[in-house]
This record gives sequence, C-alpha cells and structure tokens, in this order.
Amino acid sequence: MSTAKRTAGWSFELSVNYHGVTVKTMREITYREAICEAMSEEMRRDPAVFLMGEDVGTFGGVWGVSQGMLAEFGEERVRDTPISEIAIIGAGLGAALVGMRPIVEIMFGDFLMCAGDQLVNQVAKARFMSGGKANVPLTIRVTTGAPGSAAAQHSQSPESWFTNVPGLKVVTPATPADAKGLLRTAIRGEDPVLFFEHKMLYDLKGPVPEDPNFSVPFGQAAVVRAGQDVTLIGVGIMVQKALAAADRLAQEGISAEVVDPRTLVPLDKATLIQSVAKTGRVVIAHEAHLRNGPGAEIAAVLAEEAVEYLDGPIVRIGAKNVPLPYSPILEQYVLPGVEDIVRAAKAIVIR
Amino acid sequence: MSNVAVSMYPKEFLAEFYRRMVLVREFELRAIEERRRGLIPGFIHSCVGQEATAVGAGLALNRDDVITSTHRGHGHLLGKGGDPRYMMAELAARAPGYCRGRGGSLHIADFELGILGANGIVGGGFPIAVGAALAFQMRREPRVALAFFGDGAVNQGSFHEAANLAGLWRLPVIFFCENNLYGEGTPQSRQAPLADLARRAEAYGFPGVIVDGNDVLAVYEAVKAAAERARAGQGPTFIEGKTYRYRGHYEGDPQIYRKPGELEEWLARDPIPTFRRRLLEAGALDEAALQALEADVQRQLDEAVAFAAAAPFPKVEEALAGVYGETHGGLVF
Repeated sequence: MSTAKRTAGWSFELSVNYHGVTVKTMREITYREAICEAMSEEMRRDPAVFLMGEDVGTFGGVWGVSQGMLAEFGEERVRDTPISEIAIIGAGLGAALVGMRPIVEIMFGDFLMCAGDQLVNQVAKARFMSGGKANVPLTIRVTTGAPGSAAAQHSQSPESWFTNVPGLKVVTPATPADAKGLLRTAIRGEDPVLFFEHKMLYDLKGPVPEDPNFSVPFGQAAVVRAGQDVTLIGVGIMVQKALAAADRLAQEGISAEVVDPRTLVPLDKATLIQSVAKTGRVVIAHEAHLRNGPGAEIAAVLAEEAVEYLDGPIVRIGAKNVPLPYSPILEQYVLPGVEDIVRAAKAIVIR
Repeated sequence: MSNVAVSMYPKEFLAEFYRRMVLVREFELRAIEERRRGLIPGFIHSCVGQEATAVGAGLALNRDDVITSTHRGHGHLLGKGGDPRYMMAELAARAPGYCRGRGGSLHIADFELGILGANGIVGGGFPIAVGAALAFQMRREPRVALAFFGDGAVNQGSFHEAANLAGLWRLPVIFFCENNLYGEGTPQSRQAPLADLARRAEAYGFPGVIVDGNDVLAVYEAVKAAAERARAGQGPTFIEGKTYRYRGHYEGDPQIYRKPGELEEWLARDPIPTFRRRLLEAGALDEAALQALEADVQRQLDEAVAFAAAAPFPKVEEALAGVYGETHGGLVF
C-alpha cells in the first residue's frame, strides 16, 4: 500500500533547488503525525486555535494523535475534558461563536450520537438560523471505521449520516498528505467540519510537504491513479484498498482509475463525472454500510449526470447491512475488501 | 433577596427597569395580536409573567457579556437590548428581520449585542454558553456568559454535562433558571424530585441561589453578584428565579394542566404592577412619569409593527444562502 509519488492535485516533487542547494521538501510521515503537525502548526500560528477532548492531553489521545502537544502548548490549549460529548461539541460551538477556532476530538465516530443535538441542531444550523451572521470555525476530529474486533459501537463509519445535514462539511482523508492539507483547510475555514480519521490509516506513511502553508482545498477530488477501463471511487480507507485492487486488476490487463472525493460535502461532482466519462464504468467503495452510505449519493449523481457515459451498471461496495460483529471471521465477512472491488470491477469490465 | 429597597437606585435606573418590563409585556401582547391578525406565521411561546427575570438579568450584564436564550426568549432579547423592530420583522418573516426571515422566533440572534441565539431545543443553550465562557477565560477577558433556561431544561443531559464542565473549569458562566412551575404541560413537581432546582448546583461544585423571580430588583442583584463572582475568577453560579407564565406554553395551548386558583394567585404577584406600586409608594416615579414611559413603549411598538408590516419578504433565492461561510465555488450554499 505504498502511497509515494502519486499525484493528488499538488506538486509531488521530492526536492527543490534553492539557491544552488538541494532542499528536501517532502518526507515520509504517518497519517497520525500529519494530523498532529497540522494542529501544532496552526496552534503556533494562531492563538485562537486550541484542542479539547477526552484524553487528548496527558494521554496524548487514545489514538496517539496529540502526543507531545500538551508539553508544547500547555493544559489551557490542549484540554482534557470529562467524558461529555454534548459539552465538548457544544462548548466548541460556543467558543467558536465568540471568536475562537476550536478543534475538538471525539474519540470514536460512534460517540457523535451522544452529542446529536449539539452537532445537528446547533452547530450545523447556527449560521443559517441567524441569517448567515454566525461564524462557526469549529473542527470536529473524529475517528471512523473498524479497527478490528471492536464490535458494533466502536467500528462504525458514520460519514454519510451527516452528509444529509446542511451546514456540516464532511471530510474523509485517505493519505497523510491529504490528512494534513485538509485539516489545515478545516482549521482556517469559517464553517463546522466533521473530519473523519480512519483508525487503520494512522500508521500509514506517505510523503507530506513541509511547507507550513500546505493545504488541500475542499471540494476537489483527487485522481490518485490514472486508468482507462474502470473508475474506482474510494472513500477514506477504501482509497487505499482501491489502489491495491487496481494493482491486481493491472495484472489481469485491466486499467483502473482510482478517484478519491476527499470531501463528501462539498462533493466535487465534476472530477467524478470526468473520470466516468473516460472509463464508462464505475465501482464505488466505502467501509460504511451499503444502504445509504456515501456511495448512494455518488451513484445518484452519476446516474443523474453521467448516464450517457456509462457502459455498465454503477456498482457499490460497502459493509453488509448489519452492525459490525466482534469475531474476526464474522467481521471480515461483513466488511468490504480489496477482493470485493476486484471482483466487481471485473464483472462490469469483462462482459 | 426579596424587596430590595427601591431607594437604593437612581431614578433613571428604576425608570429603565420599569420601561423595559413594560416593553417585554407589551411586545408579547402585540406579537400575539399580530399573529392573530395574520402578520406572523409561526409559533409564539410568550413570556408574559416572566418579565422580571428577563429584564433584571439583562440589565445586570454588560453589553459585551453574552446570553443564550430559549424558545421563550423575546424577553431575554429585549432585556439584553434587542431592537423590537428587527424582532417584530423576524416574527413577521421579513427580510430585515434579525435572521433575514430564516430563523423566526426560536432563533433570533444578535452577536453585536451578545445574544448568541434563542433556541428551539430545550437545554440546547447550556454548552454553548459554557463554550463562550471558556473563550473568555482563555483570553483573560472580564466577560460573562449567561444561559437562560426553564425548569424543564435541568432534566436534559446537556445541563449536567455543561454544569459539570463549568464547575470543573470554574468558568465565568451564570446558569439562570426561570422556574415557572411547568415544563410545557407537565408540572415541575412531576418532572423532578426537587422543588428547589438551585440545589442541583451543589453537585457541580458551585453555589445555587434562589430569588423571587417576580422581583426585578432581586433578580438584578443576584445576577450582578454572580457576574462579579464570575469576573473575579470564582466560577459559575446557578440562579433560580421562581416565577410563573400567565399564558400557555405556546399560543393556542388549552392549558388544561393548571391547578385551580393557581393563575389568580400568581396574577396577584404580577411583576409589573407590583413594581409600579413600589415605585409610586417610594416616591421614585410619579404617575405622570410612569404613564409617559408606558406611552413611550406603545409608540416604540407601533413603530416596530409598522416597520415589520411594511418590510419586504426575503427573495426566494435567499433560502439558498448563508448555510456556509465558504461555498467552494458554489458546491455548497
């Protein structure tokens, strides 16, 4: 699952010549480190930015994302909170309304439901309800996906639950560089962002620019691998699985293009449509449950706006529609994998 | 704290307390009337009877202090300095309304006046006020956040999470409970095992104070003291103002839940006539001065209603604006 040297909408040069001296501008860091860097750099730059959440301070985050930040920024700006999701998200909103730029961490996406009212009725709607006056620069970092045998309340991929709520932006980084660049855009932006970090991507290494202003805009999908025969649209971790599937398909003579929407809201329809116009075939893969997962919206967009380019049915790959089970053998059966993408792509390409 | 001596206050001050309470009362009666006549399309949850809590608290805060309000919020907004013209225009769903016709009664906000928003969700404002207080504390600003709420809201989880956080971090926040004895249509005694809700504060490590919520000066003094405590870094205060609403939970509520005689009992303690009597008895303001204030309010409300009725409706395209601050080339609105 190497991610090096893939084009994803920005320059991927590994070094530049600066006054006759070669300066390394890219180095490989993990997805976890990339997120920590984005937060730390923004906190150095702007005193309005701070981090709060359960165990983000002393513990360094249960996923280790904020390790070292307490030592650098102190208890006031890296705040351990009680286990109180309503208060964490609601206080983030209140602080944002009076000029702060909070980053709040919700340990598991599953726990967003504890704060449902604050997130859906307060945070998402504050600007609109006030006639556009409220500014809500609030970044909600949250983990998503199945880390393995975590069962039904710690494994969900709830991204698409929130794409149906106008007012929220929904971001699903799949690489270290995107994690850093998209998080910076979230923190510097003026709107509430749900930033979904896949637990199984934290250790993924990849090249990340060192430019302290490096950012990735929202609403721009990345063509992470070019191909001719079929488009594989991946969401979050499924981008990596789609790349692996593309390698397998290549061995069988099928050229797959892999596209990562990167943000589900706003959604870059144009790039998705463009890719399908080229290949005529599409598989959409996400780890969320198949029924009304992110693929449902993407499939609908393609059916509405790209049907003339399609040479076969739109195929969706997602988790089977049951809560995530505990036993590894059951969990593997329910979750979508590389093999599912390969099989689906072959079925629509070879007909 | 009841019956704070009227003589302690300058005349202009007392006049403003009275004028603003009358403004709240008459604004509500006007809104109810205009709703009946068709100017206002949406719900109204009037605060008739609860003017002393709204005005006493509002006048005890500074302009740069902030409040979160409730579904019964018109008094809170006027107490904090809200403009009745823009409020009436919002109720009438017009373009110049506080929310440009997108919010209505339940969502009026004015960030310049520190009004972070009314709220359609019972208990929705607690964590928001706590977050604003957190920002003030972090920036070392001597500002206070006050969350208004009713007796029904203290049974929401949001209260407990927010109160715990506020107590833990000693945030400059005031939890102001208007205990009007009913959570919608169910008596408070059937919603909580405590009659004095201020006792809940103890669980979160800060004081709970009970005041006569129909005595505007008692409310004012309690909020002022709590705000001073908060500004001095001593943390939150829970204030429970015992009061009563004279009209339904919403306009049209059949009110079959009231105990016989209860309304009459509370009408005898109406915050406006009782304060008026006190002013006259103390010789602080004479009949002519009071009538002048009342006439001034009527003139202000005539203007507000005329402003709302003459204001244009928003253009339909405006429904598709202001969801986001940044639209990414029109991908979102």
